Amino acid sequence: MVDVLVCVKRVPDSSGEVLLTADAQAVDARYVGSTLSDHDNCAVELATQLVETHGGTVSLVSVGAPESVEQLRSALSVGPTAATLVETDLRDFGPADIAHEIAEVVRAHAELGREHDLVLLGNDAADTGDFQVPVRLAHALGRPVVTGIKTVAIENGRALAHGDSPDGGRETFDLPLPAVVAVSEGGVSPRYPTIKGRMGAKKVEIEMRTPTREPHGSGRVRLTLPPPAPSTVQVLGEGPEAAPAVVDLFQSLGVLR
Amino acid sequence: MADVPTRARVVVIGAGIVGNSLVHHLARLGWRDIVQIDKGALPNPGGSTGHASNFIFPVDHSREITDLTLDSVRQYKEMDVFTESGGYEIARTEERMEELRRRMSSAKAWGIEAELVGPEHVKEKVPFIETDDIIGAFWTPSVGVVDSLRAGTIMREKALELGALTVVPNVEVTDLVVTDGRITAVETSGGTIETDTVVVACGVWSPRIAKMAGAAIPLTPAVHQMISVGPIPQLAERPGEISFPIVRDMDTFCYERQHGADMEVGSYAHRAILHEPDEIPSIDQAKLSPTEMPFTQADFDPQLEQAYELMPDALGADGAEIRYAINGLLSLTPDGAPILGETPEVKGLWSAAAVWIKEGPGVGRAVAEWMTHGSSEIDVHHSDIARFYPHQRTRSHVRARTSEAFIKTYGIVHPGEQWEGERGKRLAPMHTQQKQQGAHFFETVGWERPHWYDGNEALLGEYGDRVMPREHEWDSRWWSPIINAEHLAMRERAGIVDLTAFAIFDVVGPGAKDAVQRTVVAQADVAPGKVIYTPVLDERGGFKSDLTVMRLAHDHYRVVTGGLHGMADKKWFSDHLPADGSACAAIVDVTSAYSTIGLWGPKARDILGRLTDDDISDGGFGFLSCRDIEVGNLGVLASRISYVGELGWELYVPMEEGARLWSLLHEAGEPDGAVPVGIGVYGTTGRIEKGYRAFGFELDGERTIVEAAMQRPKVKQADFIGREAYVKQREEDPKTVLCTMTVDDHTSASGAKRYMLGGEPILTRDGGTLTDGHGHHPYVTSAGSAPSLGKHVLMAYLPPDEATLGNQLAVSYMEELYPVTIESVDSTPLLDPDNARIR
Amino acid sequence: MIVVLIETDAEGVTETSLETLRFARDLAAEGGGVPVHGLVVGSVPDTDELGKHGVSTVYVARGEGLASYSAAAWAAALVEARERTGAVVLTAAGTPRGNEVLAHVATRLDVPMAANAVAFEGLAPLVVKRQVAGGAALEEMQLPARPAVFTVAGHAVEARPADQATEAVVEEFEPGLEAADLVGRVVSTEPGVPDQSGDLRSARVVVGAGRGAGGPDGFGAVSELADLLGGQLGVSRVVTSLGWRPHHEQVGQTGSRIAPNLYVPCGISGAIQHWAGCASSKTILAINTDAEAPMMTKATYAVVGDMHEVVPAIVDEIRRRSGT
Repeated sequence: MVDVLVCVKRVPDSSGEVLLTADAQAVDARYVGSTLSDHDNCAVELATQLVETHGGTVSLVSVGAPESVEQLRSALSVGPTAATLVETDLRDFGPADIAHEIAEVVRAHAELGREHDLVLLGNDAADTGDFQVPVRLAHALGRPVVTGIKTVAIENGRALAHGDSPDGGRETFDLPLPAVVAVSEGGVSPRYPTIKGRMGAKKVEIEMRTPTREPHGSGRVRLTLPPPAPSTVQVLGEGPEAAPAVVDLFQSLGVLR
Repeated sequence: MADVPTRARVVVIGAGIVGNSLVHHLARLGWRDIVQIDKGALPNPGGSTGHASNFIFPVDHSREITDLTLDSVRQYKEMDVFTESGGYEIARTEERMEELRRRMSSAKAWGIEAELVGPEHVKEKVPFIETDDIIGAFWTPSVGVVDSLRAGTIMREKALELGALTVVPNVEVTDLVVTDGRITAVETSGGTIETDTVVVACGVWSPRIAKMAGAAIPLTPAVHQMISVGPIPQLAERPGEISFPIVRDMDTFCYERQHGADMEVGSYAHRAILHEPDEIPSIDQAKLSPTEMPFTQADFDPQLEQAYELMPDALGADGAEIRYAINGLLSLTPDGAPILGETPEVKGLWSAAAVWIKEGPGVGRAVAEWMTHGSSEIDVHHSDIARFYPHQRTRSHVRARTSEAFIKTYGIVHPGEQWEGERGKRLAPMHTQQKQQGAHFFETVGWERPHWYDGNEALLGEYGDRVMPREHEWDSRWWSPIINAEHLAMRERAGIVDLTAFAIFDVVGPGAKDAVQRTVVAQADVAPGKVIYTPVLDERGGFKSDLTVMRLAHDHYRVVTGGLHGMADKKWFSDHLPADGSACAAIVDVTSAYSTIGLWGPKARDILGRLTDDDISDGGFGFLSCRDIEVGNLGVLASRISYVGELGWELYVPMEEGARLWSLLHEAGEPDGAVPVGIGVYGTTGRIEKGYRAFGFELDGERTIVEAAMQRPKVKQADFIGREAYVKQREEDPKTVLCTMTVDDHTSASGAKRYMLGGEPILTRDGGTLTDGHGHHPYVTSAGSAPSLGKHVLMAYLPPDEATLGNQLAVSYMEELYPVTIESVDSTPLLDPDNARIR
Repeated sequence: MIVVLIETDAEGVTETSLETLRFARDLAAEGGGVPVHGLVVGSVPDTDELGKHGVSTVYVARGEGLASYSAAAWAAALVEARERTGAVVLTAAGTPRGNEVLAHVATRLDVPMAANAVAFEGLAPLVVKRQVAGGAALEEMQLPARPAVFTVAGHAVEARPADQATEAVVEEFEPGLEAADLVGRVVSTEPGVPDQSGDLRSARVVVGAGRGAGGPDGFGAVSELADLLGGQLGVSRVVTSLGWRPHHEQVGQTGSRIAPNLYVPCGISGAIQHWAGCASSKTILAINTDAEAPMMTKATYAVVGDMHEVVPAIVDEIRRRSGT
């Protein structure tokens, strides 16, 4: 049995052109909508698979706007059975503030007898890209942490975590539980919700909390957009006559075997 | 990328199903130098066509929409992009079953094979459906799916092969140039195209594009939610895109449509989610495409559950996941009809918008014919962009009406159903008095018109069963026996009718006579003070309208027409004014200047006589004449005419004096027992006893004067639009004949008496199909009580060999046959055939 | 004083670390020419090269606990290097390790951290411009606390030797590590294996086919090309919807998101949902009859033509050159 807590964040979908809000303090989701990042989805999938293997429970926590309930329900529909939302405006929240609030949730759950053996997070937030919440959370909880993890196995009460090494190989970490693990996409394929899953997700009562302290801030001054990249397509030719040019390209790219 | 040409005979903006169909049909009809542009890429530029679920259920209660759909299916089949799957509309309630029976009526009327079946029929063809909650279904074997993108490509290619078309994708319209009321150029991100004809076929973006020219296309982008669930083993094991019938779960406002290994579940059950045309994301800003907005899951949740309960084995299959979910944008209009035709604001600027996949190719053909010949084979007047009054073009109106209508997409809509919102806009000057009289208001183009008056309830006791009470709730919904009581009181005493909703426009100037003469069928070169009732034809000899014209002076005609079609009539007259300066004429809209009150009945002359010293005797004020008279202290234009077959007048006064005239007439009418009479009488019972035809019911672009039995002995010598066609029609035997029937027995199987409301198929006595010379099947164009005759009257176009007096046929209503007898095979009225009452 | 965490690989100092040194030097110059120091963990650095890139002192952290990577241990080393130097800026390349180690450092020192800086805007207070939203947007972020901790995004600046090379001095030290610093260490490493097992997401080459394939039988040539390139076959949504190919081959919003070195979409117009799944490809060669198709305009290279003619010609050409 393993009790996994997955931390997720409502972020603007990243598949369209990025727009900024009028005050340049955030990415505007008006056209693309909000979602969970691929990292987050992989973390949820990983947790779900662990519980499918070992038994136990997957819970979710998010810190953010009330609308984050939508993302919690989406995630609930693929496996987790409980969710907590620390409802707040993230505008003035930096990674330390978010880590603090999640730590408070972990402690509060522990007091109620819900010990989260493993806390999973997405490696970095798709919108703010801070790369710190997992480490700061682990520090606050006094737990070991590793980041950039693709897959996790649990053996003898320890978490064997696998990630990519800088040279393209695979490296393994061996953590005692409880631990914090930051998940990068690519190790598992997040499932889409089933209709049954979605129906079940609707019925879960989401624990609502409020922040326990004033945020220390993000340091953000404003957001800007980089200049657009021009289209630079190079036409190699028309019809079958283009084949030699194509194979030249393959050779220069080193993809020919 | 092709360059944007600097000149074009016509520019079609948009490469969705409509624009693509249009360029094909324009090319086919001989147009050349067609330029088609789209801001997106081909073949899917990112509009609604790209995410459409692409299925077609052919049966609709509207003949216009059904005909456009059938024509589209024909074209899709020709292009080999149609796959027949069959389709069910399932019922969970008895009320829905009744609606499906009504759909059977429409299916038979429009000649589409369909059948009411039991749950086992559905189960056999869709084995994974749960039928516990299904009590029956409407099965249409000809339902199918199309590849609308492929169709678009094929149609563009056909135009390209003819050398008629230049297609330029990835080009955005930046402005439309209008000079002296006419379109002259399209400015694009790729340069300026000079042209005098532009078609806006831009779907949800159409309002934004038309606005560049100062024209309104009153549609709104609205969300239709759809998810795709799969892979589903039951579906995956069969090859191809679709092998199971499509299911429309009407009572949950959802559909389930197989798409390969996936099941698409679409919903019309959620709240109306409207977007602004200016706030649709660009192609780059969009997550998927501009018209595939982010899915709002919470709106869909209730449908998810219902869909799951309907198909648990398929939708709940192992591995079946929600792989795709969108808030797809589509175009909705205030009255649900497409928006087609030349804009009234800008000459040469056409709209072809608010069209579904099922109508696309048909609309393309119709609009192309319209642009080429001035009219289309399929009558599309319900979709004419000219139909809108200014208030109907407002964003607020569009939003309010489409919001109210959205949930009715799969709803059960009674033919008489009234809107709840956007009411109380156009009020007659006597509106306050009418409220005190207990008026039940129905709305027409914004006008609040009394349909009947509760103040007349006492008449029910007076007339007893002569009011022909209706016991069935459906038959009596949006109806009252008071209508029939008012009818009888008018026929016996007198009725006072508010006709403020008339559209009125004057044709003035030295060329007025020629302008009217060339537009209408009847002789317009009459003495001032004469009134003519006349059809108006299009070039092909189909009805464009029917209306009355008063000649007020040598250079002044006043055209009076129904409010519903008034704006289109005004545009038609405007479009046919003489172009040369020698004998010019102008149109002046005086709709809002005049209130009209009708006074009719045997006591009408006595009542008016109490208020005027003018000579209103038959000798002094003959039928079909008009004149200014004094009514009390008001100056009134009186016109001796009648749409209810009684002696009387239409009385025109300045709008601000309407309330006063209303009071005067009631005071003067009191000794004779005159009563206020609603539109229930004026529009239905009064006219139907007299066999008067109504535009939009008996008359439309697909009907001729001869078929409607409205021909006069002679055709006027002066030329007029449609004359050549009309003369030819007179020389041929009609292919169909408008007849009037009465129902012999109203008793249904349950014993309840049933009353048809219109739209029902006419069959042989034993239920056999009838087909006229056009290949059409007869259906009831108008139905209503004839209280003076104690009969329920039906009008229908019948095959000529069936059109014999006394011929016994049947009408099918809610899937039961009722015997009917033909009482008139021409325009001879059932009541007062000699028109003695009018004198 | 600035301390830069320097990463090395088999070929020496990594390119991104050299970029970070350049960034640090520019910042140091702006700040009045403070020295830039380097911290290397474990391995023996190429001091000549570091000197060329302006490093004054190379701190080399050594010790048994540093034998294998542990972010916490590396962070302890950097914190100690800071104590030794009194540095006011600690930085590293915005690599997975760089970001991880500096997150530990910022947490230990209880200061903010800015990930993936691309430029600095001001010094008092220090404002960095950094990549957010996956690089699609930039954030100006204040780093008022000392030390200022940030990482430098890859390719934000070009690596360049200093105008004046320094004589880099090596200073070895053994940082004090606690047991907790070693809990999250790498316990084993396996070399990477090129993935040919059919996992689309990790394939280095993907050959894609869309509706243009024409039917279930239209995938022969593209499959062959994928084999010749040691890649995988990927298809568009319509292809799986029509049942022509299995769903696991689908690329796009509703299928796999791929990030190969080379993606060759054939007869795929590039609907936006498909693009969402393949936009991370390093090089895209699109083959399509429609030169205006989005995939063709967004691609790196394009061939205008029918896939059924072009792809077999490419296959023949490859075979001809390899003599098979």
